[in-house]
Amino acid sequence: MKKLLTGLLGWVDDRIPLTQVWNEHLAQYYAPKNFNFWYFFGSLALVVLVIQLVSGIWLTMSYNPTAEGAFDSVEYIMRDVDYGWLIRYMHTTGASAFFIVVYMHMFRGLLYGSFQKPRELVWLLGMGIFLVLMAEAFMGYLLPWGQMSFWGAQVIISLFGAIPYIGEDLTLWIRGDYNISGVTLNRFFALHVIALPLILVGLVFLHVVALHKVGSNNPDGIEIKKLKDINGIPLDGIPFQPYYTVKDLFGVVVFLIVFAIVMFFMPEMGGYFIEHPNFIPADPLKTPEHIAPVWYFTPYYSILRAIPDKFLGVVAMGASVAFLFVLPWLDRGNVRSIRYRGPYFKTAVALFVVSFFVLGYLGAQAPTPAKTLLARIFSAVYFLFFILMPFYTKYDKNKPVPARVT
Amino acid sequence: MNKDDVDVGRRRFLTAATTVLGGVGAAFALVPFLGAWKPSAKAQAAGAPVEIDISRLEESAQMTVEWRGKPVWVVRRTKAMIDELNNLTSRLRDPDSNESLQPADAKNVWRSIKPEYFVAIGICTHLGCVPTYRPDIGGVSADWPGGFYCPCHGSSYDLAGRVYKGVPAPLNLEIPPYEYLSDTVLLIGANKGETV
Repeated sequence: MKKLLTGLLGWVDDRIPLTQVWNEHLAQYYAPKNFNFWYFFGSLALVVLVIQLVSGIWLTMSYNPTAEGAFDSVEYIMRDVDYGWLIRYMHTTGASAFFIVVYMHMFRGLLYGSFQKPRELVWLLGMGIFLVLMAEAFMGYLLPWGQMSFWGAQVIISLFGAIPYIGEDLTLWIRGDYNISGVTLNRFFALHVIALPLILVGLVFLHVVALHKVGSNNPDGIEIKKLKDINGIPLDGIPFQPYYTVKDLFGVVVFLIVFAIVMFFMPEMGGYFIEHPNFIPADPLKTPEHIAPVWYFTPYYSILRAIPDKFLGVVAMGASVAFLFVLPWLDRGNVRSIRYRGPYFKTAVALFVVSFFVLGYLGAQAPTPAKTLLARIFSAVYFLFFILMPFYTKYDKNKPVPARVT
Repeated sequence: MNKDDVDVGRRRFLTAATTVLGGVGAAFALVPFLGAWKPSAKAQAAGAPVEIDISRLEESAQMTVEWRGKPVWVVRRTKAMIDELNNLTSRLRDPDSNESLQPADAKNVWRSIKPEYFVAIGICTHLGCVPTYRPDIGGVSADWPGGFYCPCHGSSYDLAGRVYKGVPAPLNLEIPPYEYLSDTVLLIGANKGETV
């Protein structure tokens, strides 16, 4: 039997590089030995992607992408399809989980300088994934055709109207109708279930390929490839399989427990994962009293609202995401990890985190003069983090970095 | 074949020509894909003018009809409301509607063909929410003279749909093309016999 299997593997290996890929990317892929908690989120993002793909495929089997049928078909999934409620809550919880995991993953990169040379492309491809993910979430949110679906999309599509000269025609072209209608719904459905997932999977593949070319960073920000033993294996490296596959599996189990608790017991998360007005069918003639995006967009929405000018507001919101792309070129520091950075960087990161949370909170609230002022202050903090980065990273009092990981 | 026999210039020219022609072809291939996103003939037909009867609209009342999937308001303004419009000029961003969208016969202080009946598209020029009709004096703020208030981002307009200064909306509410078929029947989506 064993001989037969070995023979089969040989036959396959002669035709497709199965063993070679297994070794290069798992069994003989050496990752730093000092990964911590923050390193769970890359593999968790992959797990959530699979959850979203599978639950999404099942949802399309019962969903009807028309203005007349969309809302009812979602209720049909919730009430009449066996386990339909479970599959839908899996998808809605997965959407929020995706952003939690990705935000943690990005924050890890910020803490340990994982975007620095030579990992700029890993970071850029990751930012591409983040951008596609935002588009995917936005378009998916229109599909249930509730009040928040409709008016959220109305606001976001109207953003393009702020572009001088071509704005109005562009919004008409995006909607395919004079207002958001079944036409818009149908094309968003096509993009949400086919176009964007294809791009997403492609980018994820490239993200991993780029990562495996340069190797993983670690909490010390030390390049483990600098010190190798006589066999050319990094002294501080351990093979991904079995060490990190086992570690990541543990992370997946803990994650799935939390995921299941949310999915079964609080899928709406008090109106943050599924907003209450979305249980009312879309009505193009009436805006809900208070509209707010889903929680993962609220920081950027806050920035948009903070600026009392339509065009500049849109520019600022775009810039708030665009700045993240150029992080590798804004950071002029000579160390990677926050462990060896000086007080300036640590203070800046702390202020940035506070401003991200405050803006996120404010974006979910109705605007009042006091809250608008607060949003302006923290928008300024948010942008100063990036604008001043070349200076405070360059002149920071960094600590010496050890030769080996700790 | 000997390496020296390769005509590099000819090869480079052929490669460049193929690339350029292929690029042009690819650009043309985009046309149907981009074009398919424009409003279809069906969507355009559904955007035909609509007739509305305003005979039962009472003073200071508002009615909403749907045209091209958008809310169109008709507000019957009182004499006091119309007079107040002249006192607001200094608080408005575009009091003479030079930047804003309206048919020529509605480019006046009242932004309507007849001062009494105000017709407008009820979509905030900021980010597309539907503002609420607030004729109550002092209702939104202490010096509120009556107008339209957008709950999404706090933009406010007077009773002629003119936007106030210091709010996020850049322009006055859009006035759709419309005409009177009789004293009590309006046709929304056509102006002076011309359909848009």
